[in-house]
Amino acid sequence: MKNNWPLWEVFVRSKNGLEHRHFGSLHAADAEMALENARDVYTRRNEGVSIWVVESKHITASNPENSGELFEPAQDKVYRHPTFYTLPDEVKHM
Amino acid sequence: MKNENLIQYICGVADNALILGQRLSELCGHGPNLETDIALTNMALDLLGQTRSYYQYAAQLSDEDKTEDDIAFLRVERQYKNVLLVEQPNTHFGYVITRQFFYDVFHLLLLQELQNSKDETLSAIAKKAIKEVSYHQRFSSDWIKRLGDGTEESHQKVQEAVNDLWKFTDELFHTTEDDTLAIDLGVGVNVVTLKEKYYQRIGEVLEEATLTIPEIKWFQKGGKQGVHSEHMGYLLADLQYMQRTYPNMKW
Amino acid sequence: MSEKEIKNLEEIFEQKIARDEKIEPKDWMPEKYRQTHIRQISQHAHSEIVGMLPEGNWITRAPSLRRKVALLAKVQDEAGHGLYLYSACETLGISREELYDQLHTGKAKYSSIFNYPTITWADIGAIGWLVDGAAIINQVPLCSTSYGPYARAMVRVCKEESFHQRQGYEIMMTLAKGTPEQKEMAQDALNRWWWPSLMMLGPTDAESVHTEQSMKWKLKRKTNDELRQQFIDQTVPQADLIGLTIPDADLKWNEETGHYDFGEIDWDEFWQVVKGHGPCNHERMSARVKAWEKGEWVRDAAMAYAKKKEDKKLKKAI
Repeated sequence: MKNNWPLWEVFVRSKNGLEHRHFGSLHAADAEMALENARDVYTRRNEGVSIWVVESKHITASNPENSGELFEPAQDKVYRHPTFYTLPDEVKHM
Repeated sequence: MKNENLIQYICGVADNALILGQRLSELCGHGPNLETDIALTNMALDLLGQTRSYYQYAAQLSDEDKTEDDIAFLRVERQYKNVLLVEQPNTHFGYVITRQFFYDVFHLLLLQELQNSKDETLSAIAKKAIKEVSYHQRFSSDWIKRLGDGTEESHQKVQEAVNDLWKFTDELFHTTEDDTLAIDLGVGVNVVTLKEKYYQRIGEVLEEATLTIPEIKWFQKGGKQGVHSEHMGYLLADLQYMQRTYPNMKW
Repeated sequence: MSEKEIKNLEEIFEQKIARDEKIEPKDWMPEKYRQTHIRQISQHAHSEIVGMLPEGNWITRAPSLRRKVALLAKVQDEAGHGLYLYSACETLGISREELYDQLHTGKAKYSSIFNYPTITWADIGAIGWLVDGAAIINQVPLCSTSYGPYARAMVRVCKEESFHQRQGYEIMMTLAKGTPEQKEMAQDALNRWWWPSLMMLGPTDAESVHTEQSMKWKLKRKTNDELRQQFIDQTVPQADLIGLTIPDADLKWNEETGHYDFGEIDWDEFWQVVKGHGPCNHERMSARVKAWEKGEWVRDAAMAYAKKKEDKKLKKAI
């Protein structure tokens, strides 16, 4: 089992001006191969102009068990959103 | 230049793409893993795409009412002008990669010249194909290194393929009469001028891959004259099966 | 965790799914959910890569260059779809190699339709039209299934698959309006692939063991029988249009139900093929095992090379 190709995550920029987006994963022996495989697997239909690959084990992910303390405190900070503030009707856009 | 000569010249270039594409497409579904399977099929698709462009052009030049498929499927073996290298079988992955590598390096050098052809169509096809073939060369060079400098077993296997296929490399630089006519008119590429660069590039990659060049002094030839290896008949039997069994039908 | 705590978690979990919220890899999930998903997603992935074989059988013999490249691209897509699905499965904590092992040892199943042989070119048309047609009916609802990675993989699969069925139908249409020989070839293929395609949508509801749970988890949106009816209703007019005859003497439009009535399916044959007695079960599996075993030295070489390069880089850094 030890010789299996590791898993990589693939991020593709579909066109300039857009961010790289997670497209999926694949197996590759090294970074160059991961890039080539990503090109062959995920951009066969002209989906990309730039690719990032990162070995999956290097990604640190937050734990859903902590999502309460991580994300819920942001829920009631309504003053961070423009709709929190009242404007006179005459001002249509601000 | 007569159309007939130009057609012959085009087939000389295109038949290599057809036959190598056919060989690669035998592997679809049988690769060492999914990623590599997909990559090999991509190369097959590139080559068959190029084949179609060349044959469509040749069909257009022909006096008879021909199609790309007539040219691809309805010639007899002696009329196919591909080099012996590309018809060699997929003995194992080492052979697949070595055959590809030996052809890719040549193919890219050829296209880089062909893009300057005075024939606009050929020049345009070459320009498009250069991008595809640059990637092929990168892919096969990388794999030559992986196999050569990988494990003991892979080294031995790819060295075996190099030893076996080396004798087919010289034919890439032979010139036929049709070639000469095309070269004189600035339409075709004088492949002799590519030879030095070719062996230099091959040597560099093989060295990095810790592989040795076999000491072979006698090279095989014949494909360009339509004298093929015994493998070719079987390849054509597959390729032509439908068109031969059911003549004159639309598919 | 106490049993009560688990029960509580399960309840929250089921509510989440009922609200159409997605489950993501690191979220808590009942073990049965994980196992069911591993089973279904891997079965799906296996079907894609075993499905490459019957069609791959005709790539080198495709009758025209246009057909050849289309078929190559289609079979290649199936490799891609297998890859997306294995990746989705891997997020559940099982490796692709383990999944292969389950396939190769016969522990895992794949769609049994791929155990039928492709003996003429028209079979390639029939597979695209009927088998991909049935697959699409199965797959479209999965784009909104509850497990995030599976749903995302399915979105990609469905998008790419849209040309597959057209490719098949176009082949059939061309044959049907070709020479008498070609038309006969098309009809023969339809005769052989029709019933296995109906079976592909799964055993009847009365026989199906997983339906209820799968409905709850949105692994299924409609029952097998509903899907089968939908497939028949959509396919019969397509056959009529190109002048081919569905090989079912009992097939009849039913004004009252607004659906086609159809004849009895030979479920004995279905279960025999599932159990390994189809015409090509053995060939399919040995082709897969052979490719995997013959590729081992290649995969090992790439890893050894990667390690050597990494070591060299480290040495340089020191």
